[in-house]
Amino acid sequence: MAIGETIRNSQIWKSIFRHPMPLDRRNRIVVMLTNFFLHLHPVSIKKQGIALSFTWCMGGVTFFLFLVETVTGVLLMFYYRPTLEWAYNDILALRDVTSLGILRELHRWGAHAMVITTWLHMYRVFLTGSYKPPREFNWVIGVILLLLTLLLSFTGYLLPWDQLAIWAITVGSNMARATPILGYEGPGQQLLTIGGIDMITDGSDARFGLLGARFVGEETLNRFYVLHCIAIPLATSLLLAIHFWRVRKDGGISGPL
Amino acid sequence: MHSNGFFLKDVAGFLGGYYAFIAIMNGVASLILWRRKNQLGWAFVWAAVAGVMLILASLALSGSATLVPSLPLAARKLVNALSGPVLYTLGTTALLTVLFVFRKFFVKPMVAWTVLNALLILMGLSMADENFASIVMKPDNVPIVGLVFMLAFFTWVATSQAVVNDERIKQGLPPMEKLNDEKVLVWPDLVYTELICMVAVSAFLLVWALVLQAPLEEPASSVKTPNPSKAPWYFLGLQEMLVYFDPWYAGVVLPSMVVFGLMAMPYLDFNKKGNGYYSIEERKFSYLVYQFGFFELWITLIILGTFLRGPNWNFFGPFEYWTPYKVEVLNNVDLPQFFWVNLLDRPLPRAPQGAGTLVQVGTILLRESPGLILLGAYLVLLPPLLAVTVFRQFFAKMGFVRYMIMANLMLLMLSLPLKMILRWTLNLKYIVSIPEFSLNF
Repeated sequence: MAIGETIRNSQIWKSIFRHPMPLDRRNRIVVMLTNFFLHLHPVSIKKQGIALSFTWCMGGVTFFLFLVETVTGVLLMFYYRPTLEWAYNDILALRDVTSLGILRELHRWGAHAMVITTWLHMYRVFLTGSYKPPREFNWVIGVILLLLTLLLSFTGYLLPWDQLAIWAITVGSNMARATPILGYEGPGQQLLTIGGIDMITDGSDARFGLLGARFVGEETLNRFYVLHCIAIPLATSLLLAIHFWRVRKDGGISGPL
Repeated sequence: MHSNGFFLKDVAGFLGGYYAFIAIMNGVASLILWRRKNQLGWAFVWAAVAGVMLILASLALSGSATLVPSLPLAARKLVNALSGPVLYTLGTTALLTVLFVFRKFFVKPMVAWTVLNALLILMGLSMADENFASIVMKPDNVPIVGLVFMLAFFTWVATSQAVVNDERIKQGLPPMEKLNDEKVLVWPDLVYTELICMVAVSAFLLVWALVLQAPLEEPASSVKTPNPSKAPWYFLGLQEMLVYFDPWYAGVVLPSMVVFGLMAMPYLDFNKKGNGYYSIEERKFSYLVYQFGFFELWITLIILGTFLRGPNWNFFGPFEYWTPYKVEVLNNVDLPQFFWVNLLDRPLPRAPQGAGTLVQVGTILLRESPGLILLGAYLVLLPPLLAVTVFRQFFAKMGFVRYMIMANLMLLMLSLPLKMILRWTLNLKYIVSIPEFSLNF
């Protein structure tokens, strides 16, 4: 007890936590205002707004899963090399050799779970009519976040570089070949012909832009790796911040007027 | 089918635990009802169910072909023979409609619990079938099974609250959510809920990761195409649409329209009621449109694409072996063929040899005129027609632009089920087919 007391009275502790333990009403209010991680929340909230039967906690779970994916993803990046030579072998080693190979399971199942919880969160927001004014724009941001979640999962699907991976990505990205005007098998691609030269070929169409090649190969692996580990997570983080900020600014969690 | 004995040994342990879990679940339910004292009859029912489940668990653990509880072979064969894309789609539609119409009945806790038990037992009995188990137990398919149960559960949670609220609103009372108006401090009430949620999700994920290994197949090879080749599970609804539409529409235009439509939703829904509480009656139109899109055109298509589409994207019953040699007759016909050849008994219009571009384009337009006129009527004439009839009030409240966007989004959404019906009834392949410009619809 005495040691705990000494620590809590030390200069270091007090410089980090500006207030005593939140045991009384005053400090429970203060903690919400002075702690960086807690300041996302309001100080007080209607009891209805935190009822699990109302919120399902799915938005929170989705965000938590995003954090799980980030942590396990960074750790996996230490093991995994995105090249044709190593990608498959590194995943194989994660399964058979590496002692913390379960990181891959956590990452993969977490990703599936995140797709599901995103849908459920959206479903709840719809069913409670919470997309209605004044929260219209936050719903729009949510739809973009849904899209980014799916893209994160899709780009990650390729990285194990096994049969499941490349054929799923091949089937998925073949659709881009049929993009109207911009895909070389899409309707209207003939319109982009200048002086008898086709502008849209299999080496310049939407699918090529997605894959970085005419088929799923080494360039695609590199491209999807960078998208999966850097580009999309950054965009997602930014939009998440705006999403949370707007929940507060649009009047907190929804409820009957 | 050949390895039935070995297969049962693999699945027996799982099924034993599975039935034991249902037994515990029902035992707990029975205990809770017994202590509440007002529903003793049901308490006995669930206790009896728990007992039966314990017997099933011990039978399953035997791992012998004669003892593991399973659906009779004749029943499985019948299901296989009956099932097909048509029955599947119509069946799920009918099921969802019944659930919606009789929602007051189905949200009753005892009814919902009975349905849950029935589903779980059916699932358990089906798992004793090798073909069923081999698809459902594929590591990447497991989340979809979870999704189905979670969706059922959360729909029940939402609907039971909506039913209560609708009744209260009818009586002039505020929704239940209004009663819990008192304010509480976020520390500790919310912060601790979040902490418990995080611990629970972490535990769940750890167990999942320990029990189920992530899939890793053979090294990638661009020359060995697996049959079937499937996109990741959440895109299988889109892949299923490829049966009815060309990729430019099913894979690019429709998904873009789904995203656009979702974003546009808050700006199109002018109904101010039902904001911040569960209700169905107050916003029936938007509710039905969303549920139709989500359940009919997204979730059921994913389930179809994952569990019931095998090699060559052929349909397979839930207990059918996925043979790559299944042959399905494809005798689909394009609309111009119907119109010119079958109806008018003339050959398709064709431009004369060496004709100029204009003549060629004109001939194509003539050839496709029945389809183009139909499409034009559908997308251009129908919205204003609806505006002065069914959607009169909508049009007045929304104004021209918003109404047109809503009407066209809804017509695009309906294009999928309409095309399905045309395919099943008339074997119609394309309404407009202009291979010259890769434009088939």
